[in-house]
Order: sequence, then structure tokens, then C-alpha cells
Amino acid sequence: MNTCLDIAKLSAVLPNGQRVLRSVSLTVQPGEVRALVGESGAGKTMIGKAVLGVLPSSVRIVEGDMRLEGEDLGKLDPKARRTLIGARTALIPQDPLTALNPSRRIGPQMTDRLVRILGWSGEKADKRVRQLLDEVQIRDPERVLRCYPHELSGGMRQRVLIAGAFVAEPRLIVADEPTTALDVTVQKQILRLIAQLQREHGTAILFVTHDLGVVAKISQKVSVLYAGKVVEEADTAALFSAPQHPYTRALMAATPRYTDPFASLKPVDEAVLAGLAAEIASADKAWRRPHG
Amino acid sequence: MDEGRVSRHRAGAKLWLAGGWLLLALLAAILAPLVAPQDPLAQDLMLERLPPFWIDGAEPGYWLGTDSLGRDLLSRLIFGGRIAFIVAFAAASTACLVGSALGLVAGYFGGWADRVISRIVDVWMAFPPVLFAILLVAVLGTGLSSVVLAIAIIDWTRFCRVIRAEAMGQSRMDYVENARIAGYGRVGIMLREVLPNVVPSIVALLSLEMGIAIIVEAILSFVNLSISTDDPTWGGIIAEGRLSIHQAWWVLVFPLVTLILTVLSFSQFGEALKTRFDPVLW
Repeated sequence: MNTCLDIAKLSAVLPNGQRVLRSVSLTVQPGEVRALVGESGAGKTMIGKAVLGVLPSSVRIVEGDMRLEGEDLGKLDPKARRTLIGARTALIPQDPLTALNPSRRIGPQMTDRLVRILGWSGEKADKRVRQLLDEVQIRDPERVLRCYPHELSGGMRQRVLIAGAFVAEPRLIVADEPTTALDVTVQKQILRLIAQLQREHGTAILFVTHDLGVVAKISQKVSVLYAGKVVEEADTAALFSAPQHPYTRALMAATPRYTDPFASLKPVDEAVLAGLAAEIASADKAWRRPHG
Repeated sequence: MDEGRVSRHRAGAKLWLAGGWLLLALLAAILAPLVAPQDPLAQDLMLERLPPFWIDGAEPGYWLGTDSLGRDLLSRLIFGGRIAFIVAFAAASTACLVGSALGLVAGYFGGWADRVISRIVDVWMAFPPVLFAILLVAVLGTGLSSVVLAIAIIDWTRFCRVIRAEAMGQSRMDYVENARIAGYGRVGIMLREVLPNVVPSIVALLSLEMGIAIIVEAILSFVNLSISTDDPTWGGIIAEGRLSIHQAWWVLVFPLVTLILTVLSFSQFGEALKTRFDPVLW
């Protein structure tokens, strides 16, 4: 079977030449959940956006390639790439409040894509959307379909978005911190829901998060990212039992423990960060930007 | 929540007051030949400078008095409303269509499209609007269609600026990115996702612009550059009234009040509509 997502040596730069992704390589096998973990600014979201073809115009990919089920995204013309990405991927966004169009009702908003882009019949799309709303445990789909987004709570909107992500049976879903903007009590339900739908549909997920607790719950594989560079990659179980890279160890040490709620929070060890900075600086020196 | 309800309630009162006046003025203008008590052009030197109805010396049938040629002021205001509304609707919609389209393109696509359009707007807005209007009418010739065209040519930039900013804000929202990922084309996203969310602003601006168009038309009439026929216009009546201010203040005051009420109603109406129909994000 083809690897679902294969990113090889992906580098991207800002207009000032600064690298935001540093030769990132990672794979997601079919039906597998790969967590992408790192602090904010590490480039997690950037990787997700690169895969989905929605990088900000200021960020340019300068080397490396991405394959979606064997198809080299860089070699396709823009239109074919859009079609491929649209048919085989989906996004569960971070902020459910801005991810739905405020001036359109939920129903048309969800079926429109199936009918217009994927060419389904209206009836089939309607049925499918209802089925998915049922799967994300929305009890009164009739009402929700008629609602405008502002009439739903954040948790409900995130359920709608999860249903929308799974509705066309994509092969790969990029989940970009899907629980960060939510209430703590809702976070757990949403996470469980994503895991459940992922198992039932066998969808591969690239799960972007900064939360190691979430990583442990949902993923089989982990890539740890720092400053746009993958510093460690491992099976989730292996990573938690025996983290190899000092940064990973420091990150774990910095995670708050519920067993001792009064212990003070520890920042990531500075010596480790200094070591990383040196490592990245020497890598940047060795790296020659393609085409000058 | 409560705050929102209060502001919506107030918006309701505003909507009805402003809308009521506009409807009244519009109906009077449309039905002018039926509702005007006198012929607006009929001169009668025996009836010159009659005062409004509550002052001694008023004649029945001349409710707001007459001007120095003995023409009935109320009838002239009603007929003047026809031109005011035609100019308001035609000029504002033309300006709106051009300005909003360009603003939407600039705001959504960004990049060089935005740079080109924004620079044009900057240069355009550097012209003093009234002088620009006078110049345009001088070049295009007087008459209704040149007045409409002149106002549209000057004022499309208002729409362009505001709609550009709104479209830009909307384009950064995740739902636009989501549509992109799903495989919608750019033009489709602009029209189906972004446009509906800027429509409330377009409507508000359109209403505001109608008021502005009426003012500009009045200014052009005032300097005798608007409609060159004998048809009464609000600006023309104001210009005449200025000459006889000491003998017949009403010839100046009533058209001014009408003008102010109408322009104010347009802007308030637009604002109230926007509060009412703005898409709610959370």
C-alpha cells in the first residue's frame, strides 16, 4: 500500500531568507495518526498548511517534495493539485469560531462542497451529511442544519467541522490543534470523537498539537519539532518510555503533572535550548539554499 | 447578549423613523403630479412671496408659501424630490457597483491587483470632490445623466476603500481557507463565501452614498451646473432662496430642512440596516 503522506526534506523560507522549515521529513501511513508536537512557532501549522496547499504567500518552499498517496504534489499543475488535495484531504481547524461561514446556514454549507466539487447528487449529499452529524453525536441534526454558525456553541461547531472533515471520506485529515480553542471539559469529548471517527473510517491523521497529553492519547507515531526541524521521531509508546533527544526529555519534564498539583511549572532547560540553537546554526551553515 | 438586544432595539426605532421619512419623500416624488397642490412652474406675480400657512397673509393651497416669482414652494420641493431621488439611486448604484467590485477584488486577491487598485483610489481621493464634480460636469455638459455620471466617477472610491478592507478581513478567516482546501476556485470563493459577508456593509454604504449624491446634486444645482432645464431641484431652490433671504426666509429654510432630513435619513437608515443584518461571528 502507498504511504498516505510522504514529506521528504521539505524546506521553506520567508522573504528575508530565514528558514521556517528545515529539511523536514515525515510519513503518515494509511489509517495512522501521526502527532506533530512542538512549541508555538516551531512550524507545526506550517507543515499542515504546506500539505494542504494553503501556505501564506510570503512563505516559499525551496526544496524537498511531498507525496500524497504516491502523487508528487510539486509535479502537478496547480489545478490538478487543488483537485487532488480537495478530494483526498480535509482540515479540522483550530478555531471553530471562524472556520464556518457566518452568513450561511450549516446545511447548505456542508452539502455544497459534496455537490459542487465532488459532483454528488443533492439527495445523496444530504443523507451523508445527516449520517455524519449522527456520528459526531449531534442529537437534533434537523435544527443544526438550519442554524447559522453563531447559533451554535464552540463545541457544537467543532463537531460540525469534524463531521465536515470526514464527510467525503478523505484519506488524510490535518487536525490543527483541534481542541486548543475549546473549553477543557469539551476538549476531552472532542478528542475522543476524533479518535473514534478515525478508527471507524480508517483515516490517516496528521495531528498538530503542543500538548503531550493529547499525543499520548491519540497517536501511534510522533514527530517532535523545534524551530522547523524534526528533532526526534518515534512510536508514541517508545517516545514516552525512552525519549532519545534531550529536547524531548526537557519537553516532557516541563509537562505539568497532575499527581503533584502544587509543584511549580518548569520551563524547558536552557542548556538544552542552547545546544539546539548551536545544532540549528551549524545545520543552516551547511545548508545551501537551492538556486542561490 | 442584553447589550446586543438593546442596540438592535434602538436600531429598530432608527430604521422606522428614517425609513418612514424616506418612504414619504419617495412616494411624494413618484406621485408628484397627483399630490402637488399646484403646478411647480406656474408663476403668478400676484402671489409672490406668500408666507407659510401659519403666518398672516398666507393663502390656502400654498402651504409652505411661494417664492419671488409666485411659484408654490411645496410643489417645487415635491417635484425637486424626483430629481433628487433619481440622482440618488442612479449615481449611488453606479458608484456602488464599480467601487464594490474593485474593492472586493483588491481585498480578496491582494497582491498586485490590490496595489494597482489601491494606488488608483489614493490618487482619485486626492482630488477635492466638489471641484472635481464641477469640472466633470463642465466637461460632460449639464443634464441629468452627466450629473449622475459625475457623482459615480467621484464616489466609487468610498465603496472601494471600505469593501476592500472588509473583504481583506474576511479573506483571512479560516472558512475561506477551508473552502480553498476543499477545492473551490478563487473567483467562486470570492463570490460565494466572501461577498455575502460584506453585503451588509455594501448596503449601509449604498444608503449613505444616496444621501451624499443628493448633497452633491444640490451643490451642482446651487452653482447652476446641474439639470439645465426649468425643472425645480432642491439645490436650485436653495440658490434662489438665498437671494431673497431677507424678504422670504422660507424659500431657503424649507428646502434646506428637506435636504437635511433626507440625507440624514439615508445615513441612519443604512447604519440601522447594517446593525440589523451584520453576520454574527460569536
